[in-house]
Amino acid sequence: MRLKVSDLSFAYYDKNIIEDICLNVSRGDFVGIIGPNGSGKSTVLKNLYRALNPDSGAAELDGEDLYQMSYKKSAAKLGVVGQENFVPFDFKVEEIVAMGRSPHKKLFDGDSARDKEIVMQSLAQIGMQDMAKRNYLHLSGGEKQRVLLARVLAQQTDFLILDEPTNHLDIYYQLQIFDLVKSLGVTVLSAIHDLNIAALYCNRLYVLKEGRISRTGTPEEILTPEIIYEVYGIRADVRLHPVTGKISITFLPGSLNLAQQ
Amino acid sequence: MNHVKRWYESIGKILNKTDPNMPAILILFSIVALFSIVFAIGLGPVSVTPSNVIKILLSRIPFLTDYIAMTWEQLDENIVWGLRFPRVLLGMMVGASLAMTGTAMQALVRNHLADPFILGVSSGAAATATLGMLFGVFAFLGTYALSISAFLGAAMTIILVYSISRVKGRINITQLLLSGVAISMIMDGITKMITLSAPNALGLHNAAFWMSGSLAGAKWAYLTLPFVTTIICMVILMLNYRALNALLLGDETAGTLGINVRRIQKMLVLVSSLLAGTTIAVSGAIGFVGLMVPHITRLLVGGDHKRVFPVCALLGGILVVWVDVAARMVIAPAELPLGVLTAVFGGPFFIWLLKKNTKV
Repeated sequence: MRLKVSDLSFAYYDKNIIEDICLNVSRGDFVGIIGPNGSGKSTVLKNLYRALNPDSGAAELDGEDLYQMSYKKSAAKLGVVGQENFVPFDFKVEEIVAMGRSPHKKLFDGDSARDKEIVMQSLAQIGMQDMAKRNYLHLSGGEKQRVLLARVLAQQTDFLILDEPTNHLDIYYQLQIFDLVKSLGVTVLSAIHDLNIAALYCNRLYVLKEGRISRTGTPEEILTPEIIYEVYGIRADVRLHPVTGKISITFLPGSLNLAQQ
Repeated sequence: MNHVKRWYESIGKILNKTDPNMPAILILFSIVALFSIVFAIGLGPVSVTPSNVIKILLSRIPFLTDYIAMTWEQLDENIVWGLRFPRVLLGMMVGASLAMTGTAMQALVRNHLADPFILGVSSGAAATATLGMLFGVFAFLGTYALSISAFLGAAMTIILVYSISRVKGRINITQLLLSGVAISMIMDGITKMITLSAPNALGLHNAAFWMSGSLAGAKWAYLTLPFVTTIICMVILMLNYRALNALLLGDETAGTLGINVRRIQKMLVLVSSLLAGTTIAVSGAIGFVGLMVPHITRLLVGGDHKRVFPVCALLGGILVVWVDVAARMVIAPAELPLGVLTAVFGGPFFIWLLKKNTKV
């Protein structure tokens, strides 16, 4: 068990409360957290990557209390792509990516040749090696998102927490990034907006509804028309796709006036 | 012409923002700084030629004294060694320290509009400094009473402005600037109240000094503390350059990169207050240096703090030394306060930055 979360609760001012979150992630798992807007997906993740401190409950990373660890230690184990992507000053793409090396650096360490190599390699993995010298501020939203992913790759952790990492991306980059993350073979916990993407990549899902985990299971168990209706309030047609062998969901909008199945 | 063009090109190659040649830049600015020191010492109501300035300075090096013929008058030596040299050195230090304070505060609030003067830190330091000076409130602190009282005022103001402008864990820029204005007005008011009710006649004169900023009072004895503080703070800031860079990505992201955000923020408050306090204790409030210099530095070498700190320290020093030359030349033999001059062209720079900022 890599991450074991028990009875985590957090009150965020007066909204976005999460309650009694229990969650387990094993080595090599690709775990998705799904749920409607405002259900607390980001809040759960923020509590796990220590941007927020829970009011009660516990989390263990590799058997150690996550909240007692030094930030440096947790950062060496846990890479995060959150939703902050605004940088107020001029930085080059390669400088942003190089920041991923921070947790591995001691106070007097300079950037070694190895660090530079890792930075260029990470940029190559997301297909942006030609943009290393570009100004981060001048990139498009999608490019920024990919640079932040490269930063996490340069961090070289074997556990990633992703908060809707493909938020600003078109379908090509959505698949590229999830393919890349999957190919790393690392443990992943990700909030995912798109249920079809969740079905394609995750081996386990947690459903968050009004700040509580309402269900957990494999995509096949979770992504049924009944549960989708219960969580999102929409009708859906769910099939095992003949080509991918994965669950494929077609949403049935009310305006089509389809007969009740 | 060809010669000039080639020269221009090689400068362009050194000051290349995408791939700045740091050793060359540092050497270049160090040379400019040295030249500035020599020329600035010579310039003033009484001029001394640069060659005489160099000879006078070299003659002070114990080992060289015997080899240098005295081609100058004793008066020149008194001016160079007793008045101008400490003044120019103080200018270098004040400039470096203000530029670094600006950079550190900008990293703390994640915005390039922060500056010790704009955010009221200078006013806060001046208020406690006047309080200490006129009423001896901090007299028990001994020789460094003035600097320590200025530091306390600076620290108090930074913490106040920072906590007022932090809304839901983020610095709100409108809140930041407005609370800076409010705090500096309050502090200036307090300074005036203290000086007007002061038991001695020095009060008014000294208050004017704190509010307008000047290097005119420079003495050798004033140099030690700011020098030591500036060096120590610079080392601390340089060692933490990764953390400062990460902080610009946001508190949450910095945490995921292994940075103890709370600790770094406390360090920045402490270091900025130390720098601002010791500087203001010797020079009064000199505005906008901490705003302009970091901005120009980032235009030259990019945002990486590892490069920003040494370059902004040199540039800040050079700028203040030359503005001080202007301050004593413009209406010679009388003197303009240095802070008046920096405000006159720093203000428009701030407005330009503000306009530019709202466009993004």
